[in-house]
Amino acid sequence: MSCFTSKYQDELIANAAYIGTPGKGILAADESTGTIGKRLSSINVENIEENRRNLRELLFTTPGALECLSGVILFEETLYQKTSNGKPFVDVMKEGKVLPGIKVDKGTVQLPGTNGETTTQGLDGLAERCKKYYAAGARFAKWRAVLKIGPNEPSQLAINENANGLARYAVICQENGLVPIVEPEILIDGSHSIDKCADVTERVLSACYKALTDHHVLLEGTLLKPNMVTPGSDALKVAPEVIAEYTVRALQRTVPAAVPAIVFLSGGQSEEEASLNLNAMNKLKGKKPWSLSFSFGRALQQSTLKAWAGKEENVPKAKKAFFARCKANSQATLGTYKGNAHLGEGASESLHVKDYKY
Amino acid sequence: MSALVGKYADELIKTAKYIATPGKGILAADESTGTIGKRLSSINVENVESNRQALRELLLTSPGALQHLSGVIFFEETLYQTTSSGKPFVEVLQEGGVISGIKVDKGVVDLAGTNGETTTQGLDSLGTRCAQYYKAGARFAKWRAVLKIGPTEPSELSIQQNAQGLARYAIICQENGLVPIVEPEVLTDGPHSIEKCAAVTETVLAAVYKALNDHHVLLEGTLLKPNMVTPGSDSPKVAAEVIAEYTVRALRRTVPPAVPGIVFLSGGQSEEEATVNLNAMNKLEVLKPWTLSFSFGRALQQSTLKTWAGKKENLAKAQQVFLVRCKANSDATLGKYVAGSGGDLASESLYVKGYKY
Repeated sequence: MSCFTSKYQDELIANAAYIGTPGKGILAADESTGTIGKRLSSINVENIEENRRNLRELLFTTPGALECLSGVILFEETLYQKTSNGKPFVDVMKEGKVLPGIKVDKGTVQLPGTNGETTTQGLDGLAERCKKYYAAGARFAKWRAVLKIGPNEPSQLAINENANGLARYAVICQENGLVPIVEPEILIDGSHSIDKCADVTERVLSACYKALTDHHVLLEGTLLKPNMVTPGSDALKVAPEVIAEYTVRALQRTVPAAVPAIVFLSGGQSEEEASLNLNAMNKLKGKKPWSLSFSFGRALQQSTLKAWAGKEENVPKAKKAFFARCKANSQATLGTYKGNAHLGEGASESLHVKDYKY
Repeated sequence: MSALVGKYADELIKTAKYIATPGKGILAADESTGTIGKRLSSINVENVESNRQALRELLLTSPGALQHLSGVIFFEETLYQTTSSGKPFVEVLQEGGVISGIKVDKGVVDLAGTNGETTTQGLDSLGTRCAQYYKAGARFAKWRAVLKIGPTEPSELSIQQNAQGLARYAIICQENGLVPIVEPEVLTDGPHSIEKCAAVTETVLAAVYKALNDHHVLLEGTLLKPNMVTPGSDSPKVAAEVIAEYTVRALRRTVPPAVPGIVFLSGGQSEEEATVNLNAMNKLEVLKPWTLSFSFGRALQQSTLKTWAGKKENLAKAQQVFLVRCKANSDATLGKYVAGSGGDLASESLYVKGYKY
């Protein structure tokens, strides 16, 4: 085999396939302490551990939500937290048949000599950290590489560096029992056309899969978390069917059938946009040998956050809002989402922040 | 787009898709003059143009054969030949719903400093040649890259050079209206295991698809002609189901779904082996986003050649034998082939060590 044989081989394949179960997807609740601080401050909530815990408890104990999910990505702190009556979050998930995942990268750093391009760090001691997370109940991991579109971007250096980093991270995860989610995000920022986005996405994904093969990664035990192919944030919007067509074509040209599932990031899309686009992809006729699902952060939590506003008495209302988005996206993975006529406050709100730093 | 959107884009996509029609495959009748000479001499037939023409006419006019084919690959000489009653071969095929293809590479040359590894030549004036072949009625092309398995082979140099050559050939074809069949053959020679063959095949195919992407090749307008994943020629054989499993897994790990069809080469396999293996792949219950078919040379013609033996009186019988092989492989693309129904001559191994085309 071109890929290495991990002692976790069968488990990796089974877990990756499970995450791709039609009707389910991933809640990305792995905002770092700094990033979740920004979310909390937007609803005037103090960024202390108790509040971070409260928010995540709200999400994980929402009735019916876990059935729409196959995985939740956590930040390290959250992996070890418990509900208010002492039950570890990982146990809550286990009982709800949801796999806990863990963000393992340590953010981006600049590539000197480029125009603001970055690579992602986090490889040092990664194996030990993965072992620890596996022992704590995590079964998959996430590493976010970031690329941007510009007159000279992404440069070959940025593409090579980020692809290589993703491949090293992926094989280390697999050696230690974690399914690696491979995330090469191409930022939506800019005034470029959807054609330009497609071109860059195809080049980047092609480089990623070459690197994964070179590094002997077991593709059947991985997931892909790409951007959807869209016009730039400063360009005119297009219909979901167009986004679906360009996105699926880009994936057909680059992602081998051995990859069981593709779980899209939402970038700066509103909750509703993200669901409608995912739905359109699943309605599209054409070859799709991988399942198409979601790994949404903002696009699952935005209206929930607003409904909660940090207040105990708002919890039931907030949980309803969260369930509504979970259900919408679950339906979108089946191509049965009809659009939400009763939008929660904030569901249509664009979540684009220029040059978003996590 | 990352891919070429030239004036022929729609036609290329349509042609590639048609060649990949389930139930059909390709007859590789593109043996160069030297190579066909070896075949003819094995049945004591002189290697003159009229005999080369007679053999190909025999094949192309076999009653009932063309319905099992979507394409035939020709050598340059043959593309311009006619039947004995003066009808161009290209027209015979057109009437039978078969697309004409053309071998465009100019053979292999050694890579200095390697242990007998090669690269393929033929890029010079390739665009002009393709345009000419298009005019003559060809709609697809073939270029054979060759890699071998050894202690230090294939080397990184060999993989890179052959992948680059295939990508340059492919884009030039597409610019000139021909669907490129991409053929990175990993030779079966050697005592290696099926696992080793799988590892090498996956590494080579990954490099090939990276190169195709780099060169802006439109994958929807290409076909792949790979080796099946098997043990080496000096290793114990394995069951067809094992070959099917390893082969399909290697392809699932490397060949993007945008590619419409995969047409296997037969290498040194006997006619029957090749058919049975192809059949097993199509029976395999796993998701395959491309069709799996054949592009066989020896594995379609061997028993036909023997039956003909160059004699006019054997013509009808030889054509029947050819039809049997065509139908067998057509059935194999649908997973419907019944082993052993193809005749006695079909089991002869066609393996020649270090085979040079």
